[in-house]
Amino acid sequence: MPRFLKRLLGAVVIALVLLAINMAMSKKGFFGFGIDLYQVDIWKMVGINIILAVSLNLINGFTGQFSIGHIGFMAIGAYSSAYLTVYFTQGWEQQLAGMLGAQAAAAIIFTFVILMGALAAAVAGLVVGIPTLRLRGDYLAIATLGFAEIIRIIIVNINKVGAATGFRGCVDPVTGATCVDPAMGRLTIPAYTNFMWIGVFAVITIVVIYNIVKSDTGRVLISIREDELAAQAMGVNTTRYKVTAFVISAAFAGVAGALYGHWRLPHPNDFTFVRSFEIIIMIVLGGMGSITGSVLGAVVITILPEFLRTYPYEIVILLALIPIMVPILRAIGRNRLPQSLRTGLGYYAFVVAAYAVLFAIARLILINLLSIDIRLQSVIGDISNYRLVIYSLLLIGLMLTRPQGVLGGREFGFNWLKRAQRRPEGDEAVGTSKGVPIAERDDPTADRAKEVENR
Amino acid sequence: MDTFVQQLINGLNIGAIYALIALGYTMVYGILRLINFAHGDIYMVGAFAGYFIANSLGLAGPSWGGLLVVLLGSMIVAALVGMAIERFAYRPVRKYSRMTTLITAIGVSLLIENLFVAKFGGQGRGFPQLLQDDAYHLFGNAAISKSQILIFVVSIALMVLLQWIIFKTKVGTAMRAVSFNLNSAKLMGINTNAIITFTFALGSALAAAAGVLTAQYSPTIDPLMGITTGLKAFVAAVLGGIGNIPGAVLGGLLIGVAETMVVGYGANIGIASTYRDAVAFAILILVLLLRPSGLLGSTVQEKV
Repeated sequence: MPRFLKRLLGAVVIALVLLAINMAMSKKGFFGFGIDLYQVDIWKMVGINIILAVSLNLINGFTGQFSIGHIGFMAIGAYSSAYLTVYFTQGWEQQLAGMLGAQAAAAIIFTFVILMGALAAAVAGLVVGIPTLRLRGDYLAIATLGFAEIIRIIIVNINKVGAATGFRGCVDPVTGATCVDPAMGRLTIPAYTNFMWIGVFAVITIVVIYNIVKSDTGRVLISIREDELAAQAMGVNTTRYKVTAFVISAAFAGVAGALYGHWRLPHPNDFTFVRSFEIIIMIVLGGMGSITGSVLGAVVITILPEFLRTYPYEIVILLALIPIMVPILRAIGRNRLPQSLRTGLGYYAFVVAAYAVLFAIARLILINLLSIDIRLQSVIGDISNYRLVIYSLLLIGLMLTRPQGVLGGREFGFNWLKRAQRRPEGDEAVGTSKGVPIAERDDPTADRAKEVENR
Repeated sequence: MDTFVQQLINGLNIGAIYALIALGYTMVYGILRLINFAHGDIYMVGAFAGYFIANSLGLAGPSWGGLLVVLLGSMIVAALVGMAIERFAYRPVRKYSRMTTLITAIGVSLLIENLFVAKFGGQGRGFPQLLQDDAYHLFGNAAISKSQILIFVVSIALMVLLQWIIFKTKVGTAMRAVSFNLNSAKLMGINTNAIITFTFALGSALAAAAGVLTAQYSPTIDPLMGITTGLKAFVAAVLGGIGNIPGAVLGGLLIGVAETMVVGYGANIGIASTYRDAVAFAILILVLLLRPSGLLGSTVQEKV
């Protein structure tokens, strides 16, 4: 099959899947199959976090520039797009609705404000990036964090976007209260965003970032990550490339912000530096410099706290079994298994099955026979209060046991599965000839700094 | 003039608190090149430890002895907590990349915050007042309260003590050696692990002192009080040149004064007092752009 047909087919399939999910999330449901509102919200958040994580990975994972101000650009995207929607686009939308119908008009207007949000965030990225990207390592990190906090505090001080109470809709500049006159602007931000929008933009983000990374530009960015001085010596204008990556990354954060702003009413407290940390956690957990890793990280980090709310014991048992499972599998060894289970998917199926059996036994013993949950409840009270404690313990545990993230620098996919079966057991070599990912190296500039101090 | 002196006193006061916390950040960074994001939470742990010590001893009214016990007790508790964090979270990841250690630090910070929220609830609680908080009028309307004097006296005493430990004692010499070069220090027979643990204990004790002192000045403590204060103290450490001890003190005082000046005079030049929290970051970015290694940090030449 020709390449473009393959791609077209892929796009159609993805669009249909998203459409089906979106229908399932709506009131009518998808052929009687529906998703409840609580889960809809979680999956929307997953999509937005995927956009944020994948775009931040371009700058942190592939270019090796440590930014922790990503949430600031999301804030700019959210507020600028919502500002346009509230104060400017109402008239245009009515005109368009007369010509094309209300739904198409809303879609056009929403696309427009998303792009404007991305543009605003990109401009902010340029303004922040040009001065700060001269800095390195921790200094760059803290400068970007500082910019993000400044952006947030500026937003808190703008009355027209609701200041500290959050942006709900039009604000009267004179009284500072919400408008009563609809002519001044929309009274509430319309909830344009549904899962379809988020899903489409998440896919666009992944495709664009993937193509950048695989392109010449991507090679240059990776060379900057590996050794900035060497890249400079090869004639690369490193500052220009770093700023370009930063601006692209910021633009996608702006898209995520615009989607967020038309779903939940944006509030300054949604954009604190703690959220920036959360995105960093996602990309480090998935493995720096792996797009599929970022997606995985975004999904896990968004869902995990919610799962811990419902199934705290199961999650803990599930994860506590991993260190028990690995030596058992090693002891069995692949060679003692039947031929069909030795390699590839068969082996994975065997591992999953063994794991599931072990989990069922552990759960039976701990909860049904020993009733750990009831005993624990009498000591510490309701365990769901402790879900974030468990979450942070899991995070620390993961860093202690697998510091390079779940996927390291690899990409997960069919090729990976194929390669994984050929690799000898226990080999942790990094995939596609990318060299050692940044997460596994010492920082050469720090050593250099120490050397200079010593003299 | 009255207002200026008053704002200066308030600013130096907040600045002294930032400086005490910033010292912990800067010492740990100087030795491990690790941004210890959990340090702001140690400050909170110190305040809570003080609260529980005071309550368990039945201290409610003003008493100097009680204050001393609470201060020292919370410093010891926080030092132990700091040592435990170093031993069980940071030491195992020390050999890995900076990113891994950083995420571990964020994880520890989240753990402490969430543990305290789960255990004690998120709402604030009143810290027992162990000091008769009289105000002394200097001249005009400028006044200084007893708790402010306490902050100055204790923080200066602690800083002098720290300076003495670092420059006059054997363990301090070892600390400096480790911060110059960890591996060489190890080769010279220094027990680097013990020194690193000691550094964490020292920094945590200073943060706890800051926590108890703040609680005397503004007596409401809650499990999330360490986030903003800790971040600003970290900014102070970077501002002064991270890894540099006098720099941390200078940075802390500078940020404290700048904040209160914005509150006091910002309105005159069109900056609302709500920009108070942005000032620290604005100064930081300016300094970093003009002098990337901080005010007192040594400039590092790059070589290929």
